[in-house]
Amino acid sequence: MPPSEWNVLDFEKPIADLDTQIAEIRRLTMERGEDRSDDIIALEQDRDRLLQEIFSNLKTWDRVLLARHPKRPYTLDYVRIMFDDYTELSGDRLFADDHAMIGGIATLEGRQVMFVGQQKGRDLKDRQYRNFGSAKPEGYRKALRLMKLAEKFKRPVICLVDTPAADCSVGSEERGISEAIARNLMEMSTLETPVICVVLGEGGSGGALGIAVADRVLMLEHAVYSVIPPESCAAILWRDPTKQKEMAEALKITSTDALKLGVIDDIIPEPPGGAHRNVDLAARNVKNALIKHIDELAKLKTTKLLDERYKKFRGMGVYQESTEE
Amino acid sequence: MAPAPWFGLKGKAARKTARQSVDALPDGLWTKCPKCNEILFNKELDKNLRVCSKCSYHYKLGAWERIEITVDDGTFVEADAKLTAINPLGFPEYDTKIAKGRLMSKLNEAIITGTGEVGGIEIALAVADFRFMGGSMGGVVGEKFVRIVEHAIEKNLPVITFTTSGGARMQEGILSLMQMAKTTAACARLHKAGLPYIVIFTDPTTAGVHASYASVGDVIFAEPGALVGFAGARVAQQAGVVHRPDNFQTSEFQLEHGMIDRIVPRKDMKSTLIKMLQFCGCEEKSDAA
Ligand SMILES: [Zn+2]
Repeated sequence: MPPSEWNVLDFEKPIADLDTQIAEIRRLTMERGEDRSDDIIALEQDRDRLLQEIFSNLKTWDRVLLARHPKRPYTLDYVRIMFDDYTELSGDRLFADDHAMIGGIATLEGRQVMFVGQQKGRDLKDRQYRNFGSAKPEGYRKALRLMKLAEKFKRPVICLVDTPAADCSVGSEERGISEAIARNLMEMSTLETPVICVVLGEGGSGGALGIAVADRVLMLEHAVYSVIPPESCAAILWRDPTKQKEMAEALKITSTDALKLGVIDDIIPEPPGGAHRNVDLAARNVKNALIKHIDELAKLKTTKLLDERYKKFRGMGVYQESTEE
Repeated sequence: MAPAPWFGLKGKAARKTARQSVDALPDGLWTKCPKCNEILFNKELDKNLRVCSKCSYHYKLGAWERIEITVDDGTFVEADAKLTAINPLGFPEYDTKIAKGRLMSKLNEAIITGTGEVGGIEIALAVADFRFMGGSMGGVVGEKFVRIVEHAIEKNLPVITFTTSGGARMQEGILSLMQMAKTTAACARLHKAGLPYIVIFTDPTTAGVHASYASVGDVIFAEPGALVGFAGARVAQQAGVVHRPDNFQTSEFQLEHGMIDRIVPRKDMKSTLIKMLQFCGCEEKSDAA
């Protein structure tokens, strides 16, 4: 893939340069019929070593950029690869169909599942159509409607999270964005069917949580999950939005942080250099994780499933209980 | 009453002089209404439940003041008073902010929970306090809320909660976000148990609290003029929302859009709660029991 300047992060540039060189040699090989395969192998090894080196030293802010990478596969990219079949279902039956929140019935290696998730847009027009992946009340209500449909027919629910935040426009306030998210939290906590959530890219605050109260919460390696975007938090707490890098570190938003804090159950590995360098492999990894957890959860009785889900979230957070006054 | 010394001055000049004069008065005697600028005698203001006698502006109340005007005298028993915050992320300046919050609110945390009686009806109660780090919800608020709800389920009690919060406690990172799920899951169990859950929004109720346990009440009341909404002004501004209607994110706006049941002035709150509890089948505690 010849990298376009626009879509390369600073720390990806040395890798992109090597990719360009490799592509150039390949082109020459084709044109002139020279055998340069040794050169190509050597360069590829260099590149892979460099990838390894760069990615083992990523700062948290680099991961934020990766999670927001313009080339990062979005929800529908995973849907297309993972599911044998997918039929989209629309609308909240109350107000509108939200294009930032999608869902439908799907089959995952023969298993009937319900899928819901946020969808971002790729180009400018598409981004606007998807409202940058920020769902409105009708999106959360559509998601809940589909989850209730899954509950009725005892099908597991797969929630794929990728959103900067819930929509906070005047219209969303008017139609009760808080109520819509709160209702999802409440209904999902007692939904009588297994729910599995994967944070694919940005796990943005209440907007993410609104479809993430699940029996298993998984995160892709370079996804982030945060109570607030680091730049907003820096603006509010430190009155300085340029301190986003420091704030990203302080907020502990990476997949390894979330696992340590007990907020997620597992990390799904990404291909070297991030999901965008090998979308098929990334999607296969997500698919395998989903199958594993769906099959595990299928063995649980509903009462046990709900008890464990309650306990899981009940146990989150820290405090101390002192005996002195 | 003799004319104030700034009498005769107009507009800005008058207000400025008024402010200076109030500042010059002995501390704790007078307060100036932030809405209508009326100079209010503190004793009168307290007697009026801290509501401006001229424009009905509702001052924020601390959690204990709220309990005092809501719960029958001598019936309140606090629960889990000794839960305190720790700094799970080692977040910069968090410990200092906790210390400052304690100093300003004289509370251990941003919520007080317990049991008591309202009009002789036994209830479980959770009351937030904005002075402790903006009423933000971290691990302690989440745990105390869930414990009192679980207690209510065990003892068959209705739950009343007065909310005030800027949202999730950012200093606890993703763990504070999870308090939204944790508290709301407890509300789900309360509903399944068939027990009443009454929420009262007070100024301000926003973000992570508004989008979780606050918004799933059987009924939701609000005090007049409270700021109520999902995105705080600064967050919305960061997200590029510019044009906002005049009454945006107020109790009145939420009523107009069908998001709350009723705006209840402070003086009518207790009687309204009693009526609602009675509708829900709650009865006065008999002395025999
Ligand atoms: Zn006034």
